[in-house]
Amino acid sequence: MGTVSGTDSARECRVLRVAGPLVELEYVGGTAMYDLVSLGEAGLPGEVVAVSGNVVTVQAYEHTGGLAPGHRARPLGRPLSVRLGPELLGGIYDGLLRPLSDSGDWLLPGAHEGHGAAHSWWFIPRAVGQQQVTEGTVVGEIRAAGPVPVRVLVPPGCHGRVSRLAAEGRYPGDAVLAVVDGTEIKMGTSWPIRRPRPARERVTADAPLSTGQRAIDLLFPVARGSTVAVPGGFGTGKTMLLQQIAKWCDADVIVYVGCGERGNEMADVITELSALEDPRTGGRLADRTVTIANTSNMPMMAREASVHTGATVAEYFRDMGLDVVVIADSTSRWAEALREFASRTGELPAEEGYPAGLASAIAAFYERAAAVTTLGGAQGSVTVIGAVSPPGGDMTEPVTAHTERFVRCLWALDRDLAYARHYPAISWSGSFSRDATVLADPAQAERRGHVAALLAEADRLADLVDLVGITALPDQERVSVLAGRLMREGVLQQSALSARDAYCAQEKTAALVDAVLAVVEECRGLVDSGIPAATLEEVDFAPVIRVREETGPHEAAAVAERRDAVLARLRELR
Amino acid sequence: MTAIGEIEYTDVRELRGPLVVIGGVAGVGWDEFVRIDCDVGESGERRHGLVLEVNRDLAVVQVLEDTSGMDPERVRVSFAGAPLRVPVGPGWLGRVCNGRGEPVDGGPPVFGPTSAAVGGSPINPVRREPPGDPVLTGVGVVDALTTLVRGQKLPVFSAAGLPHLELATQIAAQSTVRGEPFSVVFAGMGLTHADATFIRDALEERSAAGELVLLLNTADDPVIERILAPRLALTVAEYLAYEEGRHALVVMTDMTAYAEALREVSAARGEVPARRAYPGYLYSDLASLYERCGRIRGRPGSVTVLPVLTMPANDITHPVPDLTGYITEGQIVLWHEAHAQGVYPPVDALSSLSRLMRKGAGPGRTRADHLDVAAQLLAALARARQVRELADLVGRSALSATDTRYLDLADRFLHHFMAQRMDEARPLDEALERAWQVLLTLPRSQLAMLPTELIDAHHSPEAKEQDG
Ligand SMILES: Nc1ncnc2c1ncn2[C@@H]1O[C@H](COP(=O)(O)OP(=O)(O)OP(=O)(O)O)[C@@H](O)[C@H]1O
Ligand SMILES: [Mg+2]
Repeated sequence: MGTVSGTDSARECRVLRVAGPLVELEYVGGTAMYDLVSLGEAGLPGEVVAVSGNVVTVQAYEHTGGLAPGHRARPLGRPLSVRLGPELLGGIYDGLLRPLSDSGDWLLPGAHEGHGAAHSWWFIPRAVGQQQVTEGTVVGEIRAAGPVPVRVLVPPGCHGRVSRLAAEGRYPGDAVLAVVDGTEIKMGTSWPIRRPRPARERVTADAPLSTGQRAIDLLFPVARGSTVAVPGGFGTGKTMLLQQIAKWCDADVIVYVGCGERGNEMADVITELSALEDPRTGGRLADRTVTIANTSNMPMMAREASVHTGATVAEYFRDMGLDVVVIADSTSRWAEALREFASRTGELPAEEGYPAGLASAIAAFYERAAAVTTLGGAQGSVTVIGAVSPPGGDMTEPVTAHTERFVRCLWALDRDLAYARHYPAISWSGSFSRDATVLADPAQAERRGHVAALLAEADRLADLVDLVGITALPDQERVSVLAGRLMREGVLQQSALSARDAYCAQEKTAALVDAVLAVVEECRGLVDSGIPAATLEEVDFAPVIRVREETGPHEAAAVAERRDAVLARLRELR
Repeated sequence: MTAIGEIEYTDVRELRGPLVVIGGVAGVGWDEFVRIDCDVGESGERRHGLVLEVNRDLAVVQVLEDTSGMDPERVRVSFAGAPLRVPVGPGWLGRVCNGRGEPVDGGPPVFGPTSAAVGGSPINPVRREPPGDPVLTGVGVVDALTTLVRGQKLPVFSAAGLPHLELATQIAAQSTVRGEPFSVVFAGMGLTHADATFIRDALEERSAAGELVLLLNTADDPVIERILAPRLALTVAEYLAYEEGRHALVVMTDMTAYAEALREVSAARGEVPARRAYPGYLYSDLASLYERCGRIRGRPGSVTVLPVLTMPANDITHPVPDLTGYITEGQIVLWHEAHAQGVYPPVDALSSLSRLMRKGAGPGRTRADHLDVAAQLLAALARARQVRELADLVGRSALSATDTRYLDLADRFLHHFMAQRMDEARPLDEALERAWQVLLTLPRSQLAMLPTELIDAHHSPEAKEQDG
């Protein structure tokens, strides 16, 4: 967005009131909703959020300490926008997309600088001079640091003849690379964060996003372009799960928005992503990632902007025909920023002090997810995955309740599972995927059905066991209890800290499920032929339980070997 | 403290709770520090405040010492033109002050080579060095199972009647960082006088050694001092850490009293309440304290934060423990059951977790076997708890031999491993050896998480006999 103390101003006006991030200004004309405002001598950025009578309400994006009534403010006559360009990949930004790497050890108000122009990049033209182009046409490609093919596009609303085109070569970030119908096209572009970037049309999201997490890919799969919420109390593993997805999912670009969470966690993400290799391209994972860090102690309203900033960055890459995942941890902190500001403006509160517009604000954010045909005719997608932190673990609270209505998938994290160190603590009874039916091939669907039924039956029996003890159950039901345990421990559990099992390919997941199902099938047969369930419960099933840890992510064949070993041992019981 | 401007304002429009509204002001900025001179009864008094809001020519000021005795006709207010700053430097070490930083030890006011704003500034996440290496507290169960890591924030969740104050004080009195420079800043909020005396006595030695700063706010001190005390503590600690290269441990107790003070001020301001009448910004406010922990690249020190809180009605879903849990990196939970058995410190090891433990313990940090021993001990404890539930159902006599050993393990864990004296600084090596002894209650077949050579090395003849 560049520095806001620029001279591109309209008229000046005066500050009337300051209460934390809430600033009121006198209305001087030419001030529109969501316009950017520069506040005080330091030029703190703010955004117009209401105009009423002759008072303009502004939300300030930095600490307003020292700002006083009578200080000058300058409406900048343009909406809050961010600069989008190849330099974003591998970078770390604040909620307004200002690079944090340019700041010092502490973040001081008004000390931020603009960015982008300082870099230079290799440009390869893809259009030709005098070509007739329309919005979304690829003008050329940029060789960025990593494997992501960054494309320079004809901007929305622009079409005509290419009257100038730069030759292949190295250019600074602000160089004009082409001119179409009088419009200069540069390496980077600028876009208002609250306006979704246009696409030709939305298409059905029916291609799976592989996350490498068995509990998800098997039971609650997500489509590219879909929406997911991950609710869970503190310590249930939201951040770990989202970080796993940032590392291992097969999207082209990840936009990781740390929204009102921990500084140490952001430091960790940054360090880890830089050290990890992308399993598909061999490049650094950091080079396909844009990190937006607005920790809980950074200015609150920038947290509000950060999710929109994240969505805008994602759409920028989507328009190049890429699959992008936006991760927001945690959307509850973003909603709290909405509540905080509403309470300062004296807006009439609805549920639990949240503004009445909470539901539509949540909906608007998740609506930015889509699988699309881009303006240029390519296929691209933005998948949105948001953590939700329900106060007191209460799933009926407003943010959780509204979010559940708007998402296609819900991965609910369960405190009891987390407490029992069953990670990821995704509840199989409390989660859903509305994408599952479109995504699965018949074999997968059948497998999922088996697993779901088996887990549900084991849960039902577990309640009984608590009451009457396992020995009171008929033998077939005891096998069902055993089956539940094998499925949970041998398939669903997957430690993010494991060297070999942090990521699991589809074929290994399928092999693990089939191994457990085959073992269970064999046990049922044995019980039918008179072997007591108690004998089966004493069998050492460790080979099928531990094989997930002991083999690499793709080693489906090794899983089958362990299965056969256990089956052979079982058959000896006959 | 902060220098004060010349202009005095006398137009007091309103007095409400801790708030004063002053009219006719010009050029006063949000968050400025305020000096208030008032005549209370016959004598003049000086109080202090912070600007909460400026609206046209009105300034809403929060008074640190409370408004009691203030007469709107006899108040003069002047503004500093800057936020509240305090002197920082090694001069704080060895001192005892109130929540506003005024000495209560009979010494002169604290001076420092420079001053810093008590609100602090957010650390740039990019400049953070992930936490690493341990702070050893000398409390065996904490060091062995929930290792506190330099730069971490790890709270103690307690409840009324449990010895959290004793634990917090013990940790403050005996923590070390293996020979590197170390300081403790202890902020007590909403304390009874008896508690304050207990803390002073218990920390006297470390204070006298110039290793400790003690800030004490008692329950009858002004509410707003309670809000200031942790900020002051962190500001002092940040200087000691980042400018002077020390490892600073900040102990803050009781955060529930702090949050109640915040609620009181919020109610006085007429703000829209969220859960249980706490302000909607409680999360961000707590985060503005806890997030000040950390390490910074290229600077040798660290700030580690240990907040202590009591869960009202032992309810972990209460906003204070809940929001704290959402910010901190794990928790140490105290436990009625162990306390009832007379065990100190009564830590519920199974609900406790130091999320950063791997960064602070293990080979090269503490001991090579540390993480394995801790994981095995926790797994065994979890199993022991299940066995006990089973025993409650079917009776102890119906248990298998192995299961009975698990019950023994739980018992030895409490009395041989966890229990220690309040004045005992237990070396980590001893804590881990005790952990081994507890584990060896079990037959070898139950110790799958431990490497065989290690078990051989620790297997005492007595245990071998039991196995054979
Ligand atoms: N998939 C996992 N594999 C291994 N350990 C895990 C996993 N998920 C969670 N954990 C453990 O649980 C701890 C808490 O996880 P995490 O930080 O992801 O929780 P969270 O839900 O994000 O909590 P908060 O709401 O407080 O941010 C981790 O430090 C780790 O010890
Ligand atoms: Mg988290």
